[in-house]
Amino acid sequence: MAKKQLVHVKVNGRERQAEVEPRLLLVHFIREVLELTGTHIGCDTSHCGACTVLLNGKTVKSCTIFAVQAEGGEILTVEGLSMNGQLHPLQQGFKEEHGLQCGFCTPGMLLSSYALLQNNPRPSEADIRLGISGNLCRCTGYQNIVKAVQYAANMMAQGGAK
Amino acid sequence: MIHKTAPEVGGMGHPIKRKEDLRFIQGKGNYVDDVRLPGMVYGQLVRSPYAHARIKSINTTEAKKLPGVLAIITGEDLAKANLAWMPTLSYDKQMVLATGKVLFQSQEVAFVVAEDRYTTADAAELVEVEYEELPVVVDPHKALDPGAPILRDDREEKTNHIFHWEVGDKQATEQAFQKAPVKAKVQAFFQRCHPAPLETCGCVADFNRATGKLTVYMTSQAPHAHRTVFALVGGIPENNIRVVSPDIGGGFGNKVPVYPGYVCAIVASLTLGVPVKWIETRSENLQSTGFARDYHMTAEIAADRDGKMKALRVKTLADHGAFNAAAQPTKFPAGLFSICTGSYDFPKAFCEVDGVYTNKAPGGIAYRCSFRVTEAAYLIERAVDVLAQELKMDPAEVRRRNFIPADKFPYKCPLGWTYDSGNYEAAMKLALDKIGYEQLRKEQAEKRAKGELMGIGISSFTEIVGAGPAHTFDILGIKMFDSCEIRVHPTGKATARMGTKSQGQGHETTYAQIVAQELGIPAADITVEEGDTDTAPYGLGTYASRSTPTAGAATAMAARKIRDKAKKIAARLLECSEEDLEWEPGKFSVKGAPSKSKTIQEIAFAAYTTVTPGLEAGLEAVDYYDPPNLTFPFGTYVCVVDIDKGTGEVKVRRFLAVDDCGNIINPMIVEGQIHGGLTEGLGIAFMQQIDYDENGNVQGGSFMDYLLPTAVETPHWETDKTCTPSPHHPLGAKGVGESPNVGSPAAFVNAVVDALSHLGVRHIDMPITPWKVWSVLKEKGVTS
Repeated sequence: MAKKQLVHVKVNGRERQAEVEPRLLLVHFIREVLELTGTHIGCDTSHCGACTVLLNGKTVKSCTIFAVQAEGGEILTVEGLSMNGQLHPLQQGFKEEHGLQCGFCTPGMLLSSYALLQNNPRPSEADIRLGISGNLCRCTGYQNIVKAVQYAANMMAQGGAK
Repeated sequence: MIHKTAPEVGGMGHPIKRKEDLRFIQGKGNYVDDVRLPGMVYGQLVRSPYAHARIKSINTTEAKKLPGVLAIITGEDLAKANLAWMPTLSYDKQMVLATGKVLFQSQEVAFVVAEDRYTTADAAELVEVEYEELPVVVDPHKALDPGAPILRDDREEKTNHIFHWEVGDKQATEQAFQKAPVKAKVQAFFQRCHPAPLETCGCVADFNRATGKLTVYMTSQAPHAHRTVFALVGGIPENNIRVVSPDIGGGFGNKVPVYPGYVCAIVASLTLGVPVKWIETRSENLQSTGFARDYHMTAEIAADRDGKMKALRVKTLADHGAFNAAAQPTKFPAGLFSICTGSYDFPKAFCEVDGVYTNKAPGGIAYRCSFRVTEAAYLIERAVDVLAQELKMDPAEVRRRNFIPADKFPYKCPLGWTYDSGNYEAAMKLALDKIGYEQLRKEQAEKRAKGELMGIGISSFTEIVGAGPAHTFDILGIKMFDSCEIRVHPTGKATARMGTKSQGQGHETTYAQIVAQELGIPAADITVEEGDTDTAPYGLGTYASRSTPTAGAATAMAARKIRDKAKKIAARLLECSEEDLEWEPGKFSVKGAPSKSKTIQEIAFAAYTTVTPGLEAGLEAVDYYDPPNLTFPFGTYVCVVDIDKGTGEVKVRRFLAVDDCGNIINPMIVEGQIHGGLTEGLGIAFMQQIDYDENGNVQGGSFMDYLLPTAVETPHWETDKTCTPSPHHPLGAKGVGESPNVGSPAAFVNAVVDALSHLGVRHIDMPITPWKVWSVLKEKGVTS
């Protein structure tokens, strides 16, 4: 076993650090070391997107990078989306528009949608479909996820949240 | 007629938002891999790289030397405890860990347990297995050849043939074919698919040596049935086994069988006395757990020149892989495939199925499907289109001429089922009107004249769901009833528990709506719990669209028992006789004196705080519901496609689904289910196949090559409905989850074939990839 390395990250606004094996995947670091189990694992090939988190403002599939590569970085997971007990507009949108069924893809979908709206606050349906195309959902057929993102975009445009 | 409750009560028909969503959108779901127990260790399977090989030796020496490795279990170890084999759900048996030889690629050979995930993976790499390759049987047609290697030398019968099953009147069908002036035939292969829920299978087995109790957290669509299997196979008293099915990340039939990984984790926990977690990788999930379909089917229709169908003849070869692990009712080796007469009034029919073993992963599970109804619906809807081509008649017209008339229900079909209710013509009319069928046909003719390819596909499917009546349906002897227990608490809130288990269907919301409908307690005040065998009443679980037909009915019946008791209490409180009371959701009032009333909440409080002579305290009931018949949802789907001549790419321009699932509990959830099922159907029709090369190497063993539709390929779905209630279900409901997956593949394929029909194309097997379409176009000289 290789020598453990210290990793410092800021996760959902909170400084965290731990000694980990260099080969530890970021997703296992998040789920098992930091005990934030909202981020899920659905495949071994970076296709499903269930493990999507934001690292330094960009979406990453956390099953495909090592925890040590996140050193010094800022991470946002699903647990960090709501602020002061208030659901993020995307979370509200997913609930209001029935954008989830089994819920397994939902955290990754939320983070990809979050990044999409950061870059494109008024996306078209095609923009949304492309924006979430790295995230697979087996239950919803995506249609209500598109509506959920539109719901959030409208709410945010009206000053509902950042 | 269902009495509509107020929106704040949220009974049947209200599109109320889902109760389960709050935890999922905040990352607070509790899926099996989120379960973490003190002292928990990890297991991983070592799998076979070969499809058929003798195991010469297994050397675990190096693996055991690795620090952190706790145990390595092989088939020989399990054999000592008589656990090397386990029963399947089809009265076959399956190796837990291979002894002697392996029969498919990725078969389970050893189970490695270590202190953490990564060490477990390292140790699995160090297990050395020496194999001697054996001849492989991949093609099911060749499995029955004289001289074909016998795969299952453990069986007394030295053949790869598993079963022959037939139903219907063979002789009368033959006679009808001899007389008929028109015959249409289609050979259709429904390819091997996989449900591929986004969460793979897994478990945490926790044997407590002090108490003797085994708790298994597992991805189970049928936790009670699994508890019984563990008791029967493992010899642990059933009262000392608790199966907990936590949140499940999609099931679609994949999580019905018992898999070797579960058994190995249990054995490891029994051996080590600590909790053992086993979680599949995606590749393991696709390569070794229950596949679906793999039916090589031939359908022939005999008809007269007006297109009136006279007889149906179906012959099918079913590839079950290495073990017959089909999850289906005991008396039905080909499941409910005999629903293959579909929506049509065939006077005669005959259907036969032969099952064979091959060197492929075991299964034959009901992927979003009532036990082979998907294969049946696809086959008949394809065959009807081929008949229409034979007759040079519009496919809608052929359907119209042959639908079972609405006044003929309940309808006994020639293969033995009694359809409860239906109005097929109404559903098709709505679909064709709404999509503008006549206009589309005109457009198609214009496009053809210009050399452009456009097709319209219709599928007017009939489903058979809600297994099922105890006189016919059991799994391993356990009757296929389902259950509900409702407890109304003193403050008027309630808890309901069922024998089913949601995997995303929204049970926590819909069952609460049924209770709200029947008792008038707001759905918001009702907690629904499922999946813990220590608390929920026994039931057979959720698959085959059976939750609403069985446990949903049980919920209504249990609520009605509570209402009967509440009435007695209300009569005492209001000092009148029961006959003087009338019910509206939420309260009993005295006839003619509506101001004299008691709400269900007041009655609940009285049930615990006062005494009603002759009545026990409390307000709760349990119901085990044995449905008198199955339910028969139906619908008409219309798909419009445009095909790029240069690339063979098919674009779904429009897709309209008109469904009839009887009375609806939550229209938002029903629509969501339809969107999801259609998307799965799209993947099956155009993208997915688990194929094998000639050496039995699985092709399609990861998401690299087993493709799931993304939001980009998925079209915008249009939906509508008709409503023909089930006459025998207490709520008039039928079930809907699988309809879109059952009905849509034929609509997609019919649309593509329709686009190419003028070229003489009669059939293309799924998955209809651009390459396949392009090859056809090239062959027909349309593209170069």
